Amino acid sequence: MEKRTFVVHVEDKPGVLNRVASLFRRRAWNIDSLNVGTTHEPGVSRMTIVCHADSCMATRIEANLYKQVNVLRVDDITEHARVQRNLALIKVAAGPKERPHVLQILEAVGARAVDLGPDSLVAEITGPQDEIERLASVLEPFGILEMVQTGLVAMTRAAERPQLRKVRAA
Amino acid sequence: MNAPLPTRTTALSSNGTELTGAEILWEVLVREGVEVVFGYPGGAIMPAYDAMARYPIHHVLTRHEQGASHMADGYARASGKVGVAVATSGPGATNLVTGIATAMLDSIPLVCITGQVPSFLIGSDAFQETDITGVTLPITKHNYLVTRPEELVPMLREAFYVATSGRPGPVVVDITKDAQQKSCVFEWDDTPIELPGYRPEHHALPADLAKAVEMIDAAERPVVLAGHGIVKAQATEELLAFVEKADVPVASTLLGLGGMPATHPRSLGMMGMHGESWVNEAIQQADLLIALGMRFDDRVTGNLKTYGQNAKKIHVELDPAEINKNVKVDLPIVGDVKEVLQQLLPSLEAKQRTPWVEHIDGLKGESAVRDIQAMPDEGRLYAAHVIHDLWRLTSGDALIVTDVGQHQMWEAQYYKHDHPRKLLTSGGLGTMGFALPAAIGARFAKPDDEIWVIAGDGGFQMTAPELTTLLQEGVKVNVAIINNGYLGMVRQWQEFFYGGRYVATPMVSPDFVKLAEAHGLKGLRVTERAGVEPAYREAQAHPGAVVIDFRVEQEDAVYPMVASGRDLNDMIRRPERKGAPHNPIFETGED
Ligand SMILES: Cc1ncc(C[n+]2csc(CCOP(=O)(O)OP(=O)(O)O)c2C)c(N)n1
Ligand SMILES: [Mg+2]
Repeated sequence: MEKRTFVVHVEDKPGVLNRVASLFRRRAWNIDSLNVGTTHEPGVSRMTIVCHADSCMATRIEANLYKQVNVLRVDDITEHARVQRNLALIKVAAGPKERPHVLQILEAVGARAVDLGPDSLVAEITGPQDEIERLASVLEPFGILEMVQTGLVAMTRAAERPQLRKVRAA
Repeated sequence: MNAPLPTRTTALSSNGTELTGAEILWEVLVREGVEVVFGYPGGAIMPAYDAMARYPIHHVLTRHEQGASHMADGYARASGKVGVAVATSGPGATNLVTGIATAMLDSIPLVCITGQVPSFLIGSDAFQETDITGVTLPITKHNYLVTRPEELVPMLREAFYVATSGRPGPVVVDITKDAQQKSCVFEWDDTPIELPGYRPEHHALPADLAKAVEMIDAAERPVVLAGHGIVKAQATEELLAFVEKADVPVASTLLGLGGMPATHPRSLGMMGMHGESWVNEAIQQADLLIALGMRFDDRVTGNLKTYGQNAKKIHVELDPAEINKNVKVDLPIVGDVKEVLQQLLPSLEAKQRTPWVEHIDGLKGESAVRDIQAMPDEGRLYAAHVIHDLWRLTSGDALIVTDVGQHQMWEAQYYKHDHPRKLLTSGGLGTMGFALPAAIGARFAKPDDEIWVIAGDGGFQMTAPELTTLLQEGVKVNVAIINNGYLGMVRQWQEFFYGGRYVATPMVSPDFVKLAEAHGLKGLRVTERAGVEPAYREAQAHPGAVVIDFRVEQEDAVYPMVASGRDLNDMIRRPERKGAPHNPIFETGED
């Protein structure tokens, strides 16, 4: 089973996230990551769902998502050229002595410090999962106090146009 | 004695009238064609009940809300229309749950109206507050929480539309008490409903239809697997035309029974765990399986690895999520089975598949050609005889509602249904207690049909208080209790797979004759074959409901049987029991 990425447009209504999550739970499909947020279209939210599935299961996931009354459009973009990002915030223990070293590391991997405290700082990194994990392991010796990730968000490349019907909100 | 339903009146209030949410509820239901609802009142639904009296809707007071959801279900199955159940919040709503799950697994259109605590109390663990939209989320097609009267018209219209369109299913509409009490301007809207994310209709691709025709024409040993979809799509006529032109034998699922006339020469009967041996053999020997509106449930496939392994498979199904779920198919066709059959028919080659048909006839062996009436019963009363006699004495035309267990399987084997919607049974969920309330619901859909419940002694006791509902409504439904003194189907599994240890299956029952009498109904008892026909005759002649307690053979088993997960043609056959009176009803060619 391979990792698959679904982009799911849903109506922005109460309980819709619950319906989608419940569908995966009920069918015993494991979600690796799920991100949800609003889009440029009023009343439409967009989810990026990553899970492990073979192509046959992927078709069933798509069909089951479409059975949800509030699901507007499902795209399995696994086979498409795409941009995908995960954003992580990492609070690292770093006093005046360690700070320059940590900042150096962040710069080297294209991350940045977004907040500084007397003995800690908050680093922000955007990128694919493995880059984030690499940074976390490099920062580990300094002491990671907290860490949060958005989960993967994905979009097909600029040249690709959504091939399915247009999304409409109610 | 069957109560006449109120004649349908059209809307009472015109647009622009100020109405309470409770009134709007009934305004919409009347406009949706609802004539009867099944329910039970309580605090959070009282405004709706109070308003109901002013509308031309008949309310059937049940004895338990589970009865209400099963009655709505039975009404829907018998009529093809939406069944409506009503309950209060909290325990009233949770009592509906078993009936909702039953309807979900069998794709039955229900709209369940539940009261909810006032919107300003939601989330406060108020008295009788249950998150019923949360509870029913995975067992409904969709559900709604209504907190303002303005939402009632659109949400209720959507509920009816979603319940009935595409693959049907139950929908819950949970209405807060304040939404029922508050008023707003009533604006009926009958423009077609458009839900942006909802696609109930699917149509076959021409290329796939052509491919199907090619596969069917090329097949030497095809079998049609006819499911509930045939009944729901009203595709019996198309199926018959298909079968007659292409000369293909038809095996039916439990819920497909009646979709193909059982006495038609190409009807094989029921497939699966308790399918007759020739049916399962034919499926395993087929070179093409044409699945029509069925979903390859584990009770019909047995071991998936060996299921139909000699066959290519075409799957015609309305719900795309069913494709390749259990059985991987060579050609999926997503569409309405009636429409697809109409599209296939003109291009099909007319054929006689005599060798294949004769081969299957050979598989039928002795059992199919023997007349069950000629079998000696040696003074014992067999469930199969009781059911066969009912078939005979009702000319095969009664509406039968079965419960769940051995008697359900014997009914499927021995009552030959020639018409759709004449067998109502809980197939997907296998809900004991379904039969009596579902039959009461069916009565309101079919005021003139002869209706019989066939229930086990166990399942009957689960919803037996609904006997008083019969009395209160003054309607006639006859009940045949196949009383074997056991939770028979579980006892059978204990006999076969658990070393004959009958743990928690011997069951004491009340005196069913007296129970019937205590409910104001007639009760009869039959202990031998000779008493069967007179009892049926008496029940048929009696104006009110009759309960017959058939004391049948206690440790009889349903044969053949495919144990869970075994190959479909690996069947347990009736053994020759030493000293036991020969009961050749069950004998087949191989025994
Ligand atoms: C609500 C519910 N509980 C338990 C079961 C499990 N079950 C299936 S068949 C059966 C026995 C039914 O006994 P009875 O109603 O007497 O019918 P019989 O099998 O004896 O004909 C049981 C307990 C069920 N299907 N439904
Ligand atoms: Mg029993």
